[in-house]
Amino acid sequence: MSGIRFDSVSVAYHGTTVLDSLDLTVEPGEVMALLGPSGSGKTTALRAVAGFVRPVSGRVLIGGRDVTALPPHKRGIGMVVQQYALFPHLRVEDNVAFGLRAQKAPRAGIPARVTEALEMTGMAAYARRYPRELSGGQQQRVAIARALAIRPGVLLLDEPLSALDAQLRSGMLAELARLHRELPDVSILYVTHDQVEALTLADRIAVMDRARLQDCGTPQQLYRAPRTEFTASFVGNANLLPVTVADAGAVFAGRPLDLDTGRAAPGATATLCVRPHLLGLGEGPNALRGTITEVQWRGSTHRLYVDVGGHRVKADLPELRETPALGDEVTLHFEPRDAVLLAAGVTDA
Amino acid sequence: MLVHSKGGRWAAWSLFGILFVPLFALPLLVVVAASFATRWSGAFPSGPTTANYASAVQGESLQALTTSLVTALAASLLALTAGTWAALAAAALGRRGKRVLDALFMLPVAVPSVVVGLAVLVAFSRPPLLLNGTSTIVVLAHAILVTAFAHQSVSAAIVRLDPAYEQAAASLGARPAYVLWRVRIPLLLPSLTAAAGLCFALSMGELSATMMLYPPDWMPLPVRIFTATDRGSLFGGSAVAVVLMATTLLVLLAVSRVRTRASYR
Repeated sequence: MSGIRFDSVSVAYHGTTVLDSLDLTVEPGEVMALLGPSGSGKTTALRAVAGFVRPVSGRVLIGGRDVTALPPHKRGIGMVVQQYALFPHLRVEDNVAFGLRAQKAPRAGIPARVTEALEMTGMAAYARRYPRELSGGQQQRVAIARALAIRPGVLLLDEPLSALDAQLRSGMLAELARLHRELPDVSILYVTHDQVEALTLADRIAVMDRARLQDCGTPQQLYRAPRTEFTASFVGNANLLPVTVADAGAVFAGRPLDLDTGRAAPGATATLCVRPHLLGLGEGPNALRGTITEVQWRGSTHRLYVDVGGHRVKADLPELRETPALGDEVTLHFEPRDAVLLAAGVTDA
Repeated sequence: MLVHSKGGRWAAWSLFGILFVPLFALPLLVVVAASFATRWSGAFPSGPTTANYASAVQGESLQALTTSLVTALAASLLALTAGTWAALAAAALGRRGKRVLDALFMLPVAVPSVVVGLAVLVAFSRPPLLLNGTSTIVVLAHAILVTAFAHQSVSAAIVRLDPAYEQAAASLGARPAYVLWRVRIPLLLPSLTAAAGLCFALSMGELSATMMLYPPDWMPLPVRIFTATDRGSLFGGSAVAVVLMATTLLVLLAVSRVRTRASYR
């Protein structure tokens, strides 16, 4: 059983800090997603675990052992990258056996381990093929089998699905979830910019932006009760509206709203966070009146952009019988429990 | 550039013909024609014979061919080893170190080969490293001259090599030496064979530095062609030249066959 611990890890390239004192613990057997836009430092964090970048300060621990100064080949990790990086001159079976041979595993045991890893990823029938004879999805399965064959305590996945098309991606997502159930002892660090992947697969999500950890929690926590504006908008693309806290509720665009203000002091400015799909059309509690500025039909839903007192509000509504027209006056509403109030300026934390 | 119009295509082909035929094809054809002749007094050679070839593939000429082959093989192996090693080292050195090393390896190309020949001659003409008059000095001079090409083409290939392969190998627990022999060298193989072919061809044709260095018992084929024609034996020399050309081409063909089998993507 081995987890990963980042102990205020900082990484800098040519004087630019790309990872700023990251503190994060991945428990043994846990799937931790590092979620963030490109340039957020998530891949750098993964590469610091793999040993391909050396932190300027801080420590990286794998299974309680300080590996900060250890070269990659001594860290006992499995890694899968976006472009698979299968060795093109080796057959699938030799790719999978590579780690075992490199580590001088007993020769007699290698074929069984290779078969086991290939069966786990459903690629046993392709053992004699070369990587160039496989499709992208198949190559990715082989790359996963190759990483699993060495039975690592820690599996690092760097955007493993982003080179696949959407349909293949959802299939592989289910496969990865199954693999994790079959290998409950393996800690997985999963780097992605795709919130769906993170929400589906992860036990916990660490949200990163501009070289820093912004938020960390279970998918439900981050989705239902984000702590920062960045988390709220990056995970689930929430509406962020500036409000003023009142004695009971808040004021948005001159109109009172009924919601739980928590410990916020009356008179303070805050950010109201409400998910687009939790807005309803028509009168109701917490009504927002405005003008439609854009309509997008997305098959099962309609996405409306509504101008409410100069603020743009997004609403995802189940497909409407009659498509609203631009310029129509509409009323949106939301339940008080569906909104979260964020202290203003948390983004800069 | 794609040429679409009929006239344009015609013009392109004729330009190619005008440049290629007199510059590349004709001189070679003349050598081939001369190699089958005994006289050449009119517009065309006369007195067709194969006697020139009979003497070109036996005796001293055959010995010179073997000498050339052994020299080229040894020199290109040396150059490939040194050039590849240096290119791999340069890649690990960082930007400034790599630039210095690259410049250093280009030196033998920038300097006229006669100068390289002279330098080698002067440097190894007295103890402790007395190589003057041995076959080693010829191989050494050839190796020095062609290493630049090996180094350059291998370094270019190393730059193109995706670091993801090495990193994947390292993450699987492979030590750096294991990564080098099982991943990097196999992936560089196409470039290595190309470099080997280039070095071999250059060494087979080397004359100017060789002239200054060769001992009587180690006369490579180009020197023999030069001395033969210098003595006025133009047709015999031509036949030897054709043999040199054919041998080099055959070896290059064989190398390129290895190369296509070694390229994976």
